Amino acid sequence: MSKENVRLSPPLLWGFLLPVMVFLLSACTSAGPVLRGTGDLGVLIERADGRVKIVDTSARSVLAQVEGLGDLSHASVVFSRDARYAYVFGRDGGLSKVDLLTARIVRRIMQAGNAIGGAISQDGRIVVAQNYTPGGIKAFDAETLELVADVPASYGSDGKRSKVVGLADLPGNRFVYSLFDADEIRVTDLSDPAHPVTQRFPAGHQPYDALVTPDGRYYIAGLFGEDGLAMLDLWQPQQGVRKILSGYGKGDAPLPVYKMPHLRGWAIAGGRAYLPAIGRHEVLVVDTATWQEVGRIAVKSQPVFVMARPDGREVWVNFAFPENGWVQVIDTLKQDVVDTLQPGRAILHMEFAPRGEVVWLSSRDDNRVFIYDTASHKQLHSFAAASPSGIFFTSRAARTGF
Amino acid sequence: MLNPDEAHTDSMMKPPALLLHVLVLVGLTLVSVFASATQPLASERERVLVHMVRQDCGSCHGLTLSGGLGSALTPAALAGKPVDGLVATIMDGRPGTPMPPFRGILSEAEAYWIIDQLMQGFPADRGLASQGAQR
Repeated sequence: MSKENVRLSPPLLWGFLLPVMVFLLSACTSAGPVLRGTGDLGVLIERADGRVKIVDTSARSVLAQVEGLGDLSHASVVFSRDARYAYVFGRDGGLSKVDLLTARIVRRIMQAGNAIGGAISQDGRIVVAQNYTPGGIKAFDAETLELVADVPASYGSDGKRSKVVGLADLPGNRFVYSLFDADEIRVTDLSDPAHPVTQRFPAGHQPYDALVTPDGRYYIAGLFGEDGLAMLDLWQPQQGVRKILSGYGKGDAPLPVYKMPHLRGWAIAGGRAYLPAIGRHEVLVVDTATWQEVGRIAVKSQPVFVMARPDGREVWVNFAFPENGWVQVIDTLKQDVVDTLQPGRAILHMEFAPRGEVVWLSSRDDNRVFIYDTASHKQLHSFAAASPSGIFFTSRAARTGF
Repeated sequence: MLNPDEAHTDSMMKPPALLLHVLVLVGLTLVSVFASATQPLASERERVLVHMVRQDCGSCHGLTLSGGLGSALTPAALAGKPVDGLVATIMDGRPGTPMPPFRGILSEAEAYWIIDQLMQGFPADRGLASQGAQR
């Protein structure tokens, strides 16, 4: 056999075939999925329409929207540990698992009559919802959303169930939460979901929300019914709940509260915790080593979110109805307000980029999301969204207490 | 800014002459235009109230008003409850619970209107009127 017989085709034919193949391959690529990461993505809640927008925080643009998520008033979101999936908890008890890359709902269940948010376990395998009706927490397999544990928030002798607030994940697949009606903090260990083990601690009157410090050590519940906050050292839970900032209202009658503040680990910056005072126009400052009050900062109105920029150099504050069009910036070295902004009507939520160079603000009543530069405090960009409320970036996937 | 009592006093007067009729009519019109008294509220104010109830009351009572930290405000949940008591809850709040007083934000006439609408099935929110150019 001669060598010529082995040749597949003459050079001239290759000259024609190669460009055609390159063209066809490139056509295939553009029609298929674009490869991308999810580390700079986020979810924006459009509360009145049961819809979320999937946003790209690098391009500052909307990638896609996902409909059919039910009643999203007070909706919240946690992310799978690979930051590909968003678990959206609706007010109506809906729990939806949304794929951020395909912009599709991959699972959706109705898990309660009335719900207020959720959390995901340290190992990412369990998603837990906190419910008002029926009061308690429920745990689901993060992959399939099958129920793996149901822990009622029962109290008293006649089987009443409390509304659950302030749920947070803890190391060891434990979850900590507060019982609004039962004045308690509970810690449920779900490391063996078939056999949940719950510890109970008296908290103080009417805990309304809570935070866990970024290291997972301290749990702090805000109290609606008394002047002070309840703190539990989760490294030494046997010591029980300690009251911090007791009597911060100095005996004054609190102002009417038209919106409950929100507490999360973003309150901690530079060894201090910045906490909203209930019924007062103040941010309370506590030293996280001694848990003593080290200051209070007068602000425009009643704070709702008091959020440290990720580097802790500034703390941004928004306010309750009817003063909810304002945002103030606290300088943490000066311990004072250094800027007062009026970005739009009804600023419901703020979310910092993972390293804090910008902050996104949702303006419910202007139907817009505003993006502010955190160095200049100037608006960089804005886009339309219908009644936007919560904004959740995937960087939360890696944080305890988010 | 809202003073429903004024309208009550005016409408109880016994006018002796045509001139007074006209004056009362003009007065009442002014009062209702500027103060949204007992009679139907100005439609823009109704829109603001619907938005406020759905969105801001909704942060505790739910956007669909089927309850949350606060109780459900659906027609079924409110059926049979005394209207005056419900209005008092709006105006003065419920001490010991997170329900705040809305006196100073709402007039009593507006609270009656809200309760009336809630008992019939609350209207859908059309949002607020847009406000000039976006910054």
